[in-house]
Amino acid sequence: MTAPGPGAPVRYDDVKPGTELPQVSYPVTRLDLVKYCGASGDFNVIHWNERIAKSVGLPDVIAHGMFTMAQAGRYVTDWAGTGAVVVDFGVRFSSMVVVPDDDIGATIEVSGVIEDKLDHNRVALALTARSNGTKVLTRARAVVQLPG
Amino acid sequence: MAINHDYAGRRFEASEPHEVSRVKIAEFAHAIGDQNPIYRDQAAAQAAGFRDVVAPPTFAIVISMVGSSVALADPALGLNLALVVHSEQRFTCARPLQAGDMVTAQTTISDIRAAGRTTLLSTETEIRTTEGELVCTAYSTIAERGGGA
Repeated sequence: MTAPGPGAPVRYDDVKPGTELPQVSYPVTRLDLVKYCGASGDFNVIHWNERIAKSVGLPDVIAHGMFTMAQAGRYVTDWAGTGAVVVDFGVRFSSMVVVPDDDIGATIEVSGVIEDKLDHNRVALALTARSNGTKVLTRARAVVQLPG
Repeated sequence: MAINHDYAGRRFEASEPHEVSRVKIAEFAHAIGDQNPIYRDQAAAQAAGFRDVVAPPTFAIVISMVGSSVALADPALGLNLALVVHSEQRFTCARPLQAGDMVTAQTTISDIRAAGRTTLLSTETEIRTTEGELVCTAYSTIAERGGGA
């Protein structure tokens, strides 16, 4: 499904470890990367210049790892709902998200599972992100502090 | 040019204070496609229990790069950015960054190590308010791929 936006806050008492959360698809086009360059200040040429990306051995322009991590962050905050705070968020970028210069771009598919319930209303999520059939994030984990 | 391993353990000066602005947060939220109103609308953020508009979780990279770019751009470090890909990232945060925060970023190069023809460089950047409150710590590992001349 497409990004749902933030829902009502998840209640800590309702969270059950092992629960699988629905997969969400996030599109990424060249325009998104240009916007992300400007918003983040990361103008590394491999994120917008196909000529240089290919000259250094990449298949094409690739998305910023942080753009992919941001989509995983959206996934977490949309699930947790308004008022939740992400207190610990870590990922490993295991493969590149290649973004072709067409009208479609690429898609990042994010899914998650409730890994654990922690003290102080905190919940740990294990996340997975794939693009073009390949895992692009591994060891992705977020700890969210739920309100209340 | 190879990466200078003598930079492992080096702690750089904290950046000049940087204001977290509503405009920058909204621009970042727009760029990542996130429509959450707490990133744009003060009333929505306050209804969610925050003082002002808050930043998305990965916004901290914008501030941490203010610090780490000083370290990574040091010519004597010898990093070739066109050969660099991001390998790992983690943020630990006491609270979200919020509009109005005046923060500094101070980076330490925590590790430099070879992995085959790739060199991995890890940084740890502390984001503090000018009052000294540690808001977030950003841990990054970047990889300079081998193959450069």
